[in-house]
Amino acid sequence: MRALRVVALGYLAVMLVVPLGVVAYKTFEPGLGAVWESITTPAAIHAFWLTVEVAAIAVPLNAVFGVVTALVLVRSDVRGKRLLEALIDLPFAISPVVVGLALVLLYGRTGWFADLPFQVIFSLPGIVLATVFVTLPFVVREVVPVLREVGDDQEQAAATLGASRAQTFRRITLPSIRWGLVYGVVLSTARAIGEFGAVSVVSGKVSGETETLTLLVEKRFTNFDLAGAYAASTLLALLALATLVAMTLLNRRKDPA
Amino acid sequence: MISVSSATKRYGDFAALDDVSIDVEPGSLTALLGPSGSGKSTLLRVIAGLEEPDAGAVVLEGRDVTYVHPQQRGVGFVFQHYAAFKHLTVRDNVAFGLQIRKRPKAEIAAKVDELLEVVGLSGFQRRYPSQLSGGQRQRMALARALAVEPKVLLLDEPFGALDANVRAELRAWLRRLHDEVHVTTVLVTHDQEEAMELADRIVLLNHGRVEQVGAPRELYDAPASDFVMGFLGPVARVQGGLVRPHDVAVLVEPDGDGAVEAQGRRGRHRLPAAAGTGVQRRVTQDSGSSASGCSSAGRLPAARSASVTCSTTPRRLERTAIHTCCSGAALPA
Amino acid sequence: MTGGALGLGVATMWLSLIVLLPLAAVVARSLDGGLEAFWDAVSSRQAVAALRFTLLISLAVTAINVVMGTLVAWVLVRDRFRGKRFVNALIDLPFALPTIVAGLTLLALYGDAIAYTRWAVLLALLFVTLPFVVRAVQPVLHELDREMEEAAHSLGASATTTFRRIILPNLIPAIISGAALAFARAVGEFGSVVLISGNVPFDTQVTAVYAYKQLESDNITGAAAVSVVLLLVSLLVLLGLRLLERRP
Repeated sequence: MRALRVVALGYLAVMLVVPLGVVAYKTFEPGLGAVWESITTPAAIHAFWLTVEVAAIAVPLNAVFGVVTALVLVRSDVRGKRLLEALIDLPFAISPVVVGLALVLLYGRTGWFADLPFQVIFSLPGIVLATVFVTLPFVVREVVPVLREVGDDQEQAAATLGASRAQTFRRITLPSIRWGLVYGVVLSTARAIGEFGAVSVVSGKVSGETETLTLLVEKRFTNFDLAGAYAASTLLALLALATLVAMTLLNRRKDPA
Repeated sequence: MISVSSATKRYGDFAALDDVSIDVEPGSLTALLGPSGSGKSTLLRVIAGLEEPDAGAVVLEGRDVTYVHPQQRGVGFVFQHYAAFKHLTVRDNVAFGLQIRKRPKAEIAAKVDELLEVVGLSGFQRRYPSQLSGGQRQRMALARALAVEPKVLLLDEPFGALDANVRAELRAWLRRLHDEVHVTTVLVTHDQEEAMELADRIVLLNHGRVEQVGAPRELYDAPASDFVMGFLGPVARVQGGLVRPHDVAVLVEPDGDGAVEAQGRRGRHRLPAAAGTGVQRRVTQDSGSSASGCSSAGRLPAARSASVTCSTTPRRLERTAIHTCCSGAALPA
Repeated sequence: MTGGALGLGVATMWLSLIVLLPLAAVVARSLDGGLEAFWDAVSSRQAVAALRFTLLISLAVTAINVVMGTLVAWVLVRDRFRGKRFVNALIDLPFALPTIVAGLTLLALYGDAIAYTRWAVLLALLFVTLPFVVRAVQPVLHELDREMEEAAHSLGASATTTFRRIILPNLIPAIISGAALAFARAVGEFGSVVLISGNVPFDTQVTAVYAYKQLESDNITGAAAVSVVLLLVSLLVLLGLRLLERRP
């Protein structure tokens, strides 16, 4: 048992802990002032707010869609729901590059929807679409098991007490799935903030316009601004750690046992 | 022969076993009986090697196995919730122990078929545990434990998860099986009826200690303590003492109003009936051969001096002296 | 039930608009130049080399994950040590950390030693796929009936025999499903390998990066064609998982 523990923890240390420490070290090596400067350049600030904006649009969309889909998958027995269930995980299994390419082929210069009145590719809508694509399954995947476990006894009880469907949803269903929903939202947000491949294909990477934080990291790295790349990375890593903390706390809420 | 001496096991402040010593005769069927938390399951698991005692020793057939891994003890263990190997068929479940022992294939096949026949599961060889009922799963688990020809068979509340009918059926079946196979068997149960019906000997445990050891009749008729008496059958309280309901007699005296008399563990208890109270009663002959019917409500007849066994609880009786002296337990109907 | 049908309609519309329609575009555009052009694009030497490398390294990554992920899950469920809750939380780090940061991190750590080699790709993929098997096996191991193991012990099975014949068979479905997800992720991974692999054709170039480069050099059909291959791999993995779940 002891040997197993050493092997397992050693593996995790090498794989997870050491790299994280190295980025933090590399970041603060040039000094705090330099770090502050490199994450407050106009390009960096714009990238930060763009990232927030994209997440703020994509995540609520997926939250609503996720709850509707979960309800369909668990509570109804309409035909065709098995197919929906099978396809819902698709974004998890697809390469981000393929996602980006698909959007370019659909909305780009030569795409099927090239004649829309507004620009999609190389602009905000494209980035949002890519982000919605890659984060689509999270909320569904978290809410479905909770709905299954809660069962529909309480909903039926509410119905016998005279509650309408909307009232039952708002006062019974939603409260019972809230922690699962929040958990899914946290995962979606983390992925939305961190998405690189799909966004990198559709954004065009125009500094100060369509450049998100992850794209900024890549650009700085390829422009040999290593310190700047590490600083932006640390910012993202801090967001990741916040996500982990939120997940751990929520996990305890989800199952208090 | 199983011998446990001075076994002690604590979980934090809780003493699951507190200096427990028992001897189990070879070939006998012994029941470890007690309320939940009495330490009976812990004792069984200590014998099996699934728990290690903090102190004390376990000797199986002359060999000290206190610190021997269950793997090497040669015991068969049957769990309350079957512990069926879900991913294996019935046949492979029963064959498991023999395969571990690297017996020849043909021998294993023959042995498995024979055992499934014994437990009434022939024809179920290819099924998975999920396709069996609870009773069938438990019989499969028994066959699995018996397959390795264990020196002792240990059963931990084996019928506890089954419904009443199946339980009674399996109980009778286990007794017959034991009479045929004669393997030393220790059974944990919290059901006194089960213990009385099945076991040659009962070890009654309470709070991690042995209260009494003996044949079922012994424990029932000569309980060593109020706890034993209370645990093994229905009791009524008469003047502070515990009595068996069938030992409660309503006495009719020519000159008086009668009385209630009961044979308790510490002698006779007697309580005169209040004058003028109406008693509805069922009179049986002393021989107990046949009921002579119920008389209507009224004073106790003062004619003959016969002792009548109070064997019913009519409505009116609830308000009489008999009720006040028999409170705390229902008389058997 | 009209509510169910309405919900299904909304969900399907959304899924189609966001996911299915773009994917259909990829498939359609890959065939723009006809089947022959598609085949040429897929079977070009560089594309085949990238695909072969991607599949092989993904298999290697999956194999390592099967062993290490099961081991980590085992230690997290069965072992007791200080700081276990912290370690447990840490497992999800690769899910939470942006892939580009992961790549940069590994580059900073192992830069001089392994950058732009196949080892670097292996390491990056191991990092991003670490949680899959662990998180799949953990709950199953947690729920596993301990009495099954005790029964095996009482029947004379040693600890290793019990693990091999009783525990492992019960974990296999979870291990496979975690491994399949890890494999799918590894095959399509882009962000963490794009910097550290160096993208050397016939050596460290993975298919996702190859497709990206094709797109950058305006070879739309070529990019779409290899993307269809990646898509097929994803679909096969998902299909396999579905079939596995159907089994009793």
